[in-house]
Amino acid sequence: MYKLLLCWRYLRTRWIALASVISVTLGVATMIVVNAVMAGFSHEMQTRIHGILSDIVFESHSLSGFQDPKWHMDEIRRAAGDSIAGMTPTVAVPAMLSFQVRGQWVTRQVMFIGIDESSHAAASDFSRYLQHPENRRQLSFELRDGGYDTVDSQAETPGPTRPALEGAGWPYRRMRVERERLWRERQEAQERAAAGPARPVDQQVDAVLAATEQAPAAAPGAGTPAAQSEAETPAAEAARKDPFKASRPDEGRTMDPAKEQFTGIVPGIGLASFRDSSGVDRFLVLPGDDVKITFPTAGTPPKAVSDTFTIIDFYESKMSEYDSNFVFVPIAALQRMRGMIDPQTGIPSVNSIQVKLADGADLELVRDRLRKAFPAELYAISTWRDKQGPLLSAVDMEMAVLNILLFMIIAVAGFGILAIFFMIVVEKTRDIGILKSLGASSTGVAGIFLGYGLFLGAVGAGAGLALGLAITWNINRIRAAVEWFTGERVFDPSIYYFFKIPTIVHPATVLWIIAGAVAIAVAASVLPALRAARLHPVEALRHD
Amino acid sequence: MTDRAKLLEARGVRKSYRSGGGRLDVLRGVDFDLEPGGFVSVIGQSGSGKSTLLHLMGLLDAPDAGEVWLGGERIDNLPAAQRDRLRNTAIGMVFQAYHLLPELDALENVLAPLYVRHSLAAWLREGAAARARARGLLERFGLGQRLHHKPRQLSGGEMQRVAIARALVAEPRVLLADEPTGNLDEESGGGILDTLCELNRRDGLSIVLVTHDTAIARRADRIVRLAAGRVETV
Repeated sequence: MYKLLLCWRYLRTRWIALASVISVTLGVATMIVVNAVMAGFSHEMQTRIHGILSDIVFESHSLSGFQDPKWHMDEIRRAAGDSIAGMTPTVAVPAMLSFQVRGQWVTRQVMFIGIDESSHAAASDFSRYLQHPENRRQLSFELRDGGYDTVDSQAETPGPTRPALEGAGWPYRRMRVERERLWRERQEAQERAAAGPARPVDQQVDAVLAATEQAPAAAPGAGTPAAQSEAETPAAEAARKDPFKASRPDEGRTMDPAKEQFTGIVPGIGLASFRDSSGVDRFLVLPGDDVKITFPTAGTPPKAVSDTFTIIDFYESKMSEYDSNFVFVPIAALQRMRGMIDPQTGIPSVNSIQVKLADGADLELVRDRLRKAFPAELYAISTWRDKQGPLLSAVDMEMAVLNILLFMIIAVAGFGILAIFFMIVVEKTRDIGILKSLGASSTGVAGIFLGYGLFLGAVGAGAGLALGLAITWNINRIRAAVEWFTGERVFDPSIYYFFKIPTIVHPATVLWIIAGAVAIAVAASVLPALRAARLHPVEALRHD
Repeated sequence: MTDRAKLLEARGVRKSYRSGGGRLDVLRGVDFDLEPGGFVSVIGQSGSGKSTLLHLMGLLDAPDAGEVWLGGERIDNLPAAQRDRLRNTAIGMVFQAYHLLPELDALENVLAPLYVRHSLAAWLREGAAARARARGLLERFGLGQRLHHKPRQLSGGEMQRVAIARALVAEPRVLLADEPTGNLDEESGGGILDTLCELNRRDGLSIVLVTHDTAIARRADRIVRLAAGRVETV
């Protein structure tokens, strides 16, 4: 009874002891915030990784792939049973993407992925990341007649808009074709003007050029003779006269680029745009532009072939690794262009099969069953976690190291408590003697100080909990305030690809943090408490 | 050997302390006894060992040799838990420097031995009665208006009366007072002595009073004089 009473009195009369607890508070608060943000990032990242990778990826070691995906899918279903929710074949090859920006050719290394538009959505979250609402519902590789989102459809709080996507699609394509025609005419006119005097038609062309300039100017970077017109390189001099000659479906026919498109592709948004420091996306190409892609054929040795494609949408998973690397194309087109269809039987080959599992199915178990059913020499079977193993374990590692460091802060606070408690024991020596003369036992006296440590630890951890949760729940407001105050971007969306700091508070983590902090406070009070317990009553009473 | 008539006895107790390199013999075989309801003064010069004797009898310290008996039972060699219990229930102590707990008010200081005795659950049962008893004691000592004053707000005489009330609240069998008037002026000290005498005569409380002042010692029934660690025959 006296222990509680005295603990309480000491707590109320010795504010200095609370000072030692401030570091416990700060340590606990920091740990809660850091863990919440890290968990948020990690969760966000995992959903994104998982969003593009299906649960299990069934791949061929060879770039040429394996034949007859249908047979393989039946076999997979036989091996894994009910756990399969959906499957879709894909073909993925390294490729080079080339497009023109302000007359300059830009070439990028990409992963060119053929997907089956009807079944792909069933195996992954792919369609969620598209920019056209209709494509999100059901993907089609046909260019849409406008209507692309100008705000990020995934952001909970709207970030900067993307006015460039306003007119994307057919309207933009038609305008672009018109602009190119005028540009060419003017050039020809200028060539003629070099020989003769200027004619009124030039002014006319200038006027139209000025009028059409305005709309695409909203798309920074894409304003000038954007992309395509495959005949800009000197090497393709011969093609200049007939730049939009379609290589398929019917070779030789001249296609009208204002009314027709090439095979549709969906490149990652990071390939087509960059984010400036204010968080605004600036587009280099838009849906409606034509690009060239060079990729290897399926034969041995592979030969590089090139073809022209039309961008019909963008893919934005917010994982910059994917967004700046992936280009999606209809699988049938890619198989045909790579020569992956057996000319005799008409049976296609694929690189991999994406498998989506039913809810609650055991990822590892299904993977192991499939590994048993298919020879490892021919097929690589891995879960999405396996695929991103190094990244995920790096994040876990980072979190563990941070937690250790932050726990050190609390341990340092423990030494502060130790020192202050020693002082209090010395100061209270006489009182300890009094209590012993009144019949208090040594363990009882030790109990006062242990209880005191427990109280302080609990108060410190409780305050830390409140502070930590307050910061976590308001972290985006705090970020905004800091940005307003310093004028600098604290959380640069051009790096992180999202506008809001994600947080997840795991109650178990919070409990561990608090238990650890309280344990440290109690541990720090053990030594002073033992000292108090060992005090000799007569000597303690003489102490002043 | 056991003398049923004695309440508190010290038999040939010896105590020495290490000081610096040498050994300081404080008590060199002291015999002392107190009959039930008695009032004995222990008198001696500073350093004669009278406080040490009191501490030994109050179980605050253990003798190097000799025995301490309370009510016909040897108490100096009991295990720590039983000694703690005896200190709490059978022995009341009053000190020269009052030794009140500064964080507690007068009433709580008086209740301190009962706080120590009872667990929280027991306190919920016994608390009200104990509180009433402590209040009664303080009122008896003229501190009815000062129940909730902290020690630093009380005068020396008042603090000593609180200390006496604290010593009595557990209804001890013997009260050991170590220079209770040492820090007080004559008037306050006289008041304290009057209180002790009254407790002895009216309530039959057995008291050992340690003092260096012969005049104060004379208020007791009997005087034991200590010098150089031994009892001097008077």
